[in-house]
Amino acid sequence: MRKLTALILALMMVAGLAAVAQAADLSGQTYAIITKSAGNPYNEREASGFEEVIKAAGANVIVKHPAQITAEAQITLINELVAQKVTGIAVAGNDFDALETALKAAMAAGIKVVSLDSAVNPASRLTHINQAGVVEVAQALVDAAYDLMGGEGEWAILSATATASNQNAWIAAMQELLKDEKYAKLNLVEIAYGDDIYQTSVDETQALLQNYPNLKLINAPTTVGIAAASKVITDNELQGKVIVTGLGLPSEMAEFMGQGSVACPYMFLWNPIDVGRTAAYALLEMVNGELTGALGESFTAANGVTYIVTEAGDKGTEIIIGPPFEFNADNIEDWKTVY
Amino acid sequence: MQINRRRVKLTRDRVFSSRELSLLAILILIVAGIQLRNSTFLSSRSINDMLKNYSTTITLALGMMSVLLIGGIDISVSATLAFSGMSASLLMRDGVYSSTLVMFLVSTAIGTLCGLLVGLVISRGKVLPIIATLGFANIFRGATYIISDSRWVSAYQFDSAFKRFAQTRTLTFGLMNNLVFIALVCYLVFFVVMRWTRFGRRIYAVGSNPEAASISGININRVKLAVYTMAGSFAGLIGAMYTSLYASAQSDMGMGMEMDAIASCVLGGVSLSGGQGGVPGVLLGAMTMTVISKALPLIGISQFWQKAIKGIIILIAIIINVLAQRAIHRNAMRARERQI
Repeated sequence: MRKLTALILALMMVAGLAAVAQAADLSGQTYAIITKSAGNPYNEREASGFEEVIKAAGANVIVKHPAQITAEAQITLINELVAQKVTGIAVAGNDFDALETALKAAMAAGIKVVSLDSAVNPASRLTHINQAGVVEVAQALVDAAYDLMGGEGEWAILSATATASNQNAWIAAMQELLKDEKYAKLNLVEIAYGDDIYQTSVDETQALLQNYPNLKLINAPTTVGIAAASKVITDNELQGKVIVTGLGLPSEMAEFMGQGSVACPYMFLWNPIDVGRTAAYALLEMVNGELTGALGESFTAANGVTYIVTEAGDKGTEIIIGPPFEFNADNIEDWKTVY
Repeated sequence: MQINRRRVKLTRDRVFSSRELSLLAILILIVAGIQLRNSTFLSSRSINDMLKNYSTTITLALGMMSVLLIGGIDISVSATLAFSGMSASLLMRDGVYSSTLVMFLVSTAIGTLCGLLVGLVISRGKVLPIIATLGFANIFRGATYIISDSRWVSAYQFDSAFKRFAQTRTLTFGLMNNLVFIALVCYLVFFVVMRWTRFGRRIYAVGSNPEAASISGININRVKLAVYTMAGSFAGLIGAMYTSLYASAQSDMGMGMEMDAIASCVLGGVSLSGGQGGVPGVLLGAMTMTVISKALPLIGISQFWQKAIKGIIILIAIIINVLAQRAIHRNAMRARERQI
């Protein structure tokens, strides 16, 4: 009997050790995510998805928010992380090229680097995690403009900063699509930049309304911009006369959407939590040695989804998560409490 | 006749100094230039939008002025603004209260406490104002991120009366926007306090010559404490104005606003070494900053140039202002010499 007890105890210890060993497998590893700036709810959701996956895998996670929405602030953080010898870095770039030196140094030190949300140039990353294909987003936004304006009239784009690479890629793709015969009567009068600062975005929206009395639609592919534009339209009681659409977070936009006369009939976004999660899966896979970020590779993550590495518009590679999702009067109430 | 004209001139001097008059001329020139480029600038809607949007920055300049007058500086005000505005918004979101008045009082009270803390460190701890407020700017901003969990308090989470407050004219029964009215009241009260009360005179005394002020029995530390606390109160008040205006509290709100407030004061003739400057000048300086910020998007200048142009206009305005003031001084001196 005593022997049996000892055997069971010994077996339990071995099993326990094995379990510890399995979980401890990654405990020496640290993964970091660098967002675009502190205090942006969208970035916050991305970081939370990243954190969730890395923690579940048993590794350590660092979330870094630069104090300012600049490349300089991000370079400082990257250098810090290299000095700390982290295992992997995911970064939402504030500039396409400016991070190259810092990120190359990180990769030279053996750190796996991916960009997410807003890409850095192909030389600075192994792959890019793209929330949705650039052309898919641009197509959705142009079609929304076409639909909401009844096929003709003046419209404007209210963007974030003039250096945000994701914004610029969408705008360039939209301009390309607008050359189609179908959109010939859509007159894009101005591309304004609200710097993702609420007050500046409000000023820019008011200037658009003043400079273009016939403006029918404002398309803001950024959370701060679309909320600020909707606020101005609502305060001036212009709902229905000037329509707002674009990309925004449901929680910030719930006020301006829904039944009746609202500033924004519908808008698009993807799940920012998924963007963070996918970046985490890709980094874990890279450290395992299963993924290098080369064109044509694929992997199945812990959530059961198979991701494929495809060619990006900038000649690098990317992993696309899915098509943008439409938020409208019917579903906004359900989503506003989610993110 | 002669006496009459002198009396008119005296009353004028009592309200506006020469420097303020030259700034007024510059402001009129800028407005005229913008109006030529875009004829919608002086429409009533545009002016109303402008005053409403910038009532926050305009009011913030007052708190900054009192600090600059004693020869100090406070770069923590925009972080105080964010912290108090965010705290008060979170309480409203969580249903602790729904009254607009309570929200304003809570935000102002939190701002006052922040200012008191800054004032204590500077006056009792003898820390240089720029270092102390730089530290507090980071502390308050960081605290804002922490308490809000880096999330916004969204429009739908605010009480609807609070959101309407910034867009309506209820306080003056239809005369002017509520926020503009608050700014105006602050300016009037401050004008009276700075000019006709013992407290106002003490601030000028400490700023122009601290040793003389100390010898004549003024408790310098107490004045310092009062002034930084006041700057905090203003920041707290503006935290509530800001969240009501945009129906949204963001943890990065108001970033960089302290620089606009300092620029407004300097434009308005407040000396960075203390002791000089008045409320009408600060009002003109703040109006100039407002007009520049509001007008640049309107006159079709490339976005990339706007910031640079803003800086250039501020510099030129200050240089012209200083030169004009010197010329006026020289003329006045000569006139006095002739009289002797």
